[in-house]
Amino acid sequence: MKAGSRTHATKVVQYALLTLGALIIVFPILYAVGLSLMSGGEAAAYPPHIIPQHFQLKNFVTAVSEAPLGRFMLNSFIVSVIVTLAQLVTASLAAYAFAFMEFPFKKIIFLVFLSTMMIPGESTLIPNYLTIRSWHWINTYQGLTVPFMATAFGTFLLRQFFLTLPRDLFDAARIDGCGRFRFLWSIVLPMARPALGTLGVYAFINTWNQYLWPLLITNSTSMRTVQIGIGMLQFQDATTWNVVMAGVVIILLPSLLTLVLGQKQLVKGLTSGAVKG
Amino acid sequence: MQREEPKSEPGSQAKSGVKAKGAKELAHALVYLGPSLILFLIFVFYPMVKTVYLSFYLTNPGGDPVVWKGIQAYLTLLGSSSFRNSVVVSFLFVLYTVPGTILASLLLAVLANVKLRGIGVYRTLYSLTIGVSVASAATIWMLLFSPADNGMLNYFLHLVGLPKIGWLVTTRSALPSLALMTVWMGVGFNFIVLMGGLQSLPEEIFESARIDGAGRWKQFRHITVPLLSPTLFFLLVVDTIAAFQSFGQFNILTLGGPDHSTNVIVYSIYREAFFNSRFGPASAQAVVLFVIILILTLLQFGVVERKVHYQ
Repeated sequence: MKAGSRTHATKVVQYALLTLGALIIVFPILYAVGLSLMSGGEAAAYPPHIIPQHFQLKNFVTAVSEAPLGRFMLNSFIVSVIVTLAQLVTASLAAYAFAFMEFPFKKIIFLVFLSTMMIPGESTLIPNYLTIRSWHWINTYQGLTVPFMATAFGTFLLRQFFLTLPRDLFDAARIDGCGRFRFLWSIVLPMARPALGTLGVYAFINTWNQYLWPLLITNSTSMRTVQIGIGMLQFQDATTWNVVMAGVVIILLPSLLTLVLGQKQLVKGLTSGAVKG
Repeated sequence: MQREEPKSEPGSQAKSGVKAKGAKELAHALVYLGPSLILFLIFVFYPMVKTVYLSFYLTNPGGDPVVWKGIQAYLTLLGSSSFRNSVVVSFLFVLYTVPGTILASLLLAVLANVKLRGIGVYRTLYSLTIGVSVASAATIWMLLFSPADNGMLNYFLHLVGLPKIGWLVTTRSALPSLALMTVWMGVGFNFIVLMGGLQSLPEEIFESARIDGAGRWKQFRHITVPLLSPTLFFLLVVDTIAAFQSFGQFNILTLGGPDHSTNVIVYSIYREAFFNSRFGPASAQAVVLFVIILILTLLQFGVVERKVHYQ
C-alpha cells in the first residue's frame, strides 16, 4: 500500500511539472489565440486578459480584408509546394545514385554535396540576389523557389534510408531487366515513403517560414509571402493588437497543422540522423 | 538492356575497357546527380566565390565591381568600431541563446521521457515551436515585451512584486530579450532531437544503476549525459551556426538598436548591402562571418568532440 501511494505521489508531481513546462512553452501561442478572439477594448485592458470574456471572430475577417492575407497565403502555399516537390525529386535522384550506383569520383562528389551544408546562406546572399535581379526574377515564383530546389540535407537523409534497403533488391531487379529509373520509381520510392514524408514535412515548414529571401526579392504586394505580409498589419495602438494576432494565428495554422499531422515522420527522420551522429 | 562488361579482362584492352566503363558509369550517375549539382553550382558555389571576389571591389549600385580595392575592405572592418561591435554582439547572442536552448530542452526532454498516460500530448506541445516562423514569433513577442503597463511580461513581473523591465527598448536588456525569444523558438527542434537521443539509450544500464543504489541525479550526471553527449554535441554545432545566422527577430523587433546594441553581423550585412548598396564591403562582412562560423565549427570538432562519448 505504501509503495502504491508513493508512486501515486510521484505521478502527481510528474504531471504537475509536465503541465508547468507545457504552459510555459505554449503560453505565447495561447496568448496570441486569446488576443485574436478579443474586442479591441479588451485587448488594451489593464490588467491584461489572457482568456477573452466575449469571443468574437470578427478580427479574422478584419485581418484578411486589411492586408491581402489571402493572396499572401496563396503565394506561400504555391512556393512551399513547389519547393517541397522539387526537393523530393532532386534529392531522390541524387540519393539513388549515391546509394545504388558505382561510379568514379563518388566520394568526392558526395563531399561536394555535404560541403554545401557548411556554407551559410548569408555568405551567398548578395550574389544570389544580384543573379536573380539580373535574370529579372524579382517578384516571381521562379525567384522564390528555384534557388532552394536542391538540398544536401535531404539527399543525405534519403541516402541513409536507401542504404538500409537490401542490395539484393537491386541485383534482382537488374536481372529482371528492370531499368534504373523504373527500379527507383516502382521499387525504391514506395519503400522509402517514411523518409520522403520526413523530408516533405521538413521542406514544407522551412519554406513556409522563410523570411530573409522573400523579403529581399519581392517588393510588390501581389508577390509577398505571409511571413513578410504579417508586417503589413500595423500596430497602431493596443486596440489593434487583436487584429494583428488574428493574422498571426492564420499564418501559424498551416505549419502547426503540418507539424502535428506529420510529427511522427519528422521526429523519426530527424532523430535517426542526429542520434547516430 | 545492355549486358554488363565483365569486371576483369586480360591484357591492355582491359585498361581502356575499364576507363570506358568508368566514363559510362559516371555519365549515368550524372543524369541523377545533375539537377542537384547544377543548382548547387549556380546558387551555392558560384555565389560563394563571387562573394569573396566582390569583397575586393567597390561596386556600383547595380552590383557590378568597379574599383579594385584589394584587402582594403577587410582593413577597414578591422579598424571599424561599428563592425567590432557587431562581432561582439553576435558572439554574445550565441552565448546567451545556445546554452539556454540546450539546457531548457534537455530539462523538458528528461521530464517527458517517462511512460505516463497522455505523454504524447506533452511531447507534441514541447515540439510545437519548430513550426512557428520567426515572423510570427517576433510579432507575438513584440506584444509580450511591450513596455506599456498592459505588456504581459511586465504584468507578470508586477504580480510577483518585481520592477518593470524595458525589454527591447534599453541597450542593456534588448539583446537578452531577443535571446529569450530565440531560446523559446529553438526549444521545439532541440527537444525533438534530445527526445530521440534519450529514447535510444539502453534501459538496462539505468536498471543496474538503480540496483547499485544510484539516485536520480547521479544517474543523470553519470549515465544520461555521457551517453547523450553525441546528441548534445550535434545540437551545440547546429545551434551555434543557427544563432550566428539569425536575422528575422532583429529586423522585426529592434532593427539593430537601440544604439546598435543588437546590431549582429547578419543585420549589419543586410543594412550595408540592401540599404546602402555597398555590396563590396558587405561581401567582406559576409566572408568574415563565414570564416568565424567555419573556425568555430572546426574548434568544436577539435576540442569539444574529444569529450564526446561515442558508443
